[in-house]
Amino acid sequence: YRFERLWFWGCIQGVRGAYYIAEGLGPDRAAPRSRLYSLNCLDWSLLTPATKEMLALAEQVKGRFQGDPSFEYSLAEINAEAAARLIESGKEPVIKEEARLIATIEQIDRAVGIVPRGAFVKTPLGSVHENRHFEGLSLVEAKKLSSYFHFTEPVNLKNKTLLEKADLDPSTDFLDSLEHDIPRGSWSIQLEKGGTVVVLRSLLWLGLTFYHVPMTKQFGYVYFGTGEKNLDLPFML
Amino acid sequence: HGPYQPHEPGYGLDQPGYSPYEDQIPDPEARMLAIKNAKAYLLKTSTRSGLNLYDHFANILTKILDEQPANTVDIIENISKDVKWAQFRKKMDTLRDEHLIPPTFEAAEKCKALFIKEGGEEEHEELEEEMPSLPNVMETAFYFEQAGIGLNKDESYYIFLALKNLINVQPIQTCRFWGKILGLEMNYIIAEVQLREGGEEEEAGEEGEETVAEGEKETGEAEEEDEQKEKEAEPPKSTYKPPPEIPKEANGTGTNKYVYFVCNEPGKPWVKLPLVTPAQIVCARKIKKFFTGRLDAPVVSFPPFPGNEANYLRAQIARISAGTHVSPTGFYQFADEDEEEEEGADTYEENPDFEPPPVAEMVESLATWAHHVKGILKQGRCVWINPSQKSEENEEEEDEEEEEEEEEEEQEERGPPLLTLISEDEGMKDIPAWTAQASTNLIPQYSVAILQSNRWPGAYAFASGRKFENIYFGWGHKYSPESHTPALPPPAQAEFPSGPGITETVDPTLEEEMAFKAAQEEALAEAEEGEDEEGEDD
Repeated sequence: YRFERLWFWGCIQGVRGAYYIAEGLGPDRAAPRSRLYSLNCLDWSLLTPATKEMLALAEQVKGRFQGDPSFEYSLAEINAEAAARLIESGKEPVIKEEARLIATIEQIDRAVGIVPRGAFVKTPLGSVHENRHFEGLSLVEAKKLSSYFHFTEPVNLKNKTLLEKADLDPSTDFLDSLEHDIPRGSWSIQLEKGGTVVVLRSLLWLGLTFYHVPMTKQFGYVYFGTGEKNLDLPFML
Repeated sequence: HGPYQPHEPGYGLDQPGYSPYEDQIPDPEARMLAIKNAKAYLLKTSTRSGLNLYDHFANILTKILDEQPANTVDIIENISKDVKWAQFRKKMDTLRDEHLIPPTFEAAEKCKALFIKEGGEEEHEELEEEMPSLPNVMETAFYFEQAGIGLNKDESYYIFLALKNLINVQPIQTCRFWGKILGLEMNYIIAEVQLREGGEEEEAGEEGEETVAEGEKETGEAEEEDEQKEKEAEPPKSTYKPPPEIPKEANGTGTNKYVYFVCNEPGKPWVKLPLVTPAQIVCARKIKKFFTGRLDAPVVSFPPFPGNEANYLRAQIARISAGTHVSPTGFYQFADEDEEEEEGADTYEENPDFEPPPVAEMVESLATWAHHVKGILKQGRCVWINPSQKSEENEEEEDEEEEEEEEEEEQEERGPPLLTLISEDEGMKDIPAWTAQASTNLIPQYSVAILQSNRWPGAYAFASGRKFENIYFGWGHKYSPESHTPALPPPAQAEFPSGPGITETVDPTLEEEMAFKAAQEEALAEAEEGEDEEGEDD
């Protein structure tokens, strides 16, 4: 597959089995990622990139994953309109579990895939590389939500006031920070082992855990969960 | 060769007389002078920071040659910045930084306390008495690790030591590591414990004293109120009587069978959780809140939760235990076989004749597992109680008889009997209540049967031969396929129906009054005339 970097993304637990997901990247870290999935960690299959239709349809499907990639959710029960549209265009009104899997992984990465500030730099040409001089966040910085960024296309970056923009360094601060996530408090930051590891857990997608060892280059995130968005979050805070 | 940059070796030699490409051999003295000039320029101290370029370059090159980082040319600017930064610190630092104790150190101190072994004398004494059973946390952790569930080995060991401490401090009969519940700021580590007889009585005594004191206070206040009533006219008393409170189950039975201790991290002191009341369980079923990690945090919700986070935690623990604690069928049997038919079967004991079914069978069919904790009824207790029985005790109530007639007869609730198989657990929609797996397909002789709960995500159980264990790692919430809908607030109280009796009528206007007066006078005048006529007739 000619990946430069490959890592274990996580595991989505279905009712009858679990999907193990791996992600790989080429030289540009901000390019769309290729994902592979496996049921037994031995045979890996490549997943097609997510399309907008898939994302829209997958949001309608609720409930656990079944654990079988060819399982078909019948759309007629869920959303009659979408089913009708599909019938018109000549396809069957079902959505396969594989498509739901693709869409869910994409949503999770977009919503809660995070990296520490300074770990990636943007070159003037626009491509994103790892910052080889990144030495880790300090302990004080690690406790603040603003030192972590979403690793996706920034949405709020341009809305900041001029005053804030003056402090930013365009090579490292080209992503959205976690501070302005809605709803507030959807991240839980904890220092474990007496401050040697900082762990962030997302409350929106229960099961996403991000870790970072301050003052070192180590960080990463992994998802272990049922693959469902926590829509009750506002009630739970 | 274009204009040379400062870092290239040909800089400065682009002047006439210094170019290396001239045929004339430049004057060696002039060359030396040029070198001296260049060096002097480099040595020129900056007015702002007190550094000079020559020393700076020397430091950079020293650092680079010492460390030899990869791809130096890409990070040269950062190295330069770092060197300057280091310089700046050393020269301007006149004050010493206060020695900050890193939090790691404090945490290590706490953990150190766990590792301290007791004195030799105490050990001998303990061996003579009955040793309360310390659960082998590491063994359990090993089995769960086969399934991919569990904590870090270090953390498991700390928990092990913390449990040992707990046993030494509290009078404990049996102890078990129940699990870990995650919270926003801090997590909870929970131990399930059965206290020895003496400890429970003391608590009951304390509680009895408290209630007696409160009762005395209440009667004192009631007397004062009575006196006041005689003096002032009171507004009408409300006839609202709150529904009778359902009493909580006694220590050692039902939902309060076990006592739970929690701590935020191993090394911190264990806190005992209060007993759970049925009202708390009923309310906990309606709300869904994250735990913050502080036991005294208020739980803001609707319907309002009676208690703070410690009570909510205890209620969730009770629900999870009742819903997900399972054991292989036949491991426990009823103490007395006759009691199977009655509902009061509360006690069970280990079955000495139990033969563990093979792992494959345990995975295949869910009928090989059974609950060993009683389910919680809708009322919030394990054993149903009739709340109207309590009203007999209130002799001061005048309307007692009316009350009994008005109350609907509450149906006696029956829950599933104690050792039901989990194959009878209902699933939600298409999802079965449990998912069973073997830990590995590659080595069947050593694989372990793992059970995951789908109703309470995070609850796991494993079985391997005679060993089995339940554990919980999660956020502490039940899984519901639909979104959580909070209870609606009750409708506003209806106003008193307005009828002609109490509706305020408009006062008659002046004209109407005059008209009425005139009509009355006419009537009087007619009456008088009538009388006059009669008088005249005579």
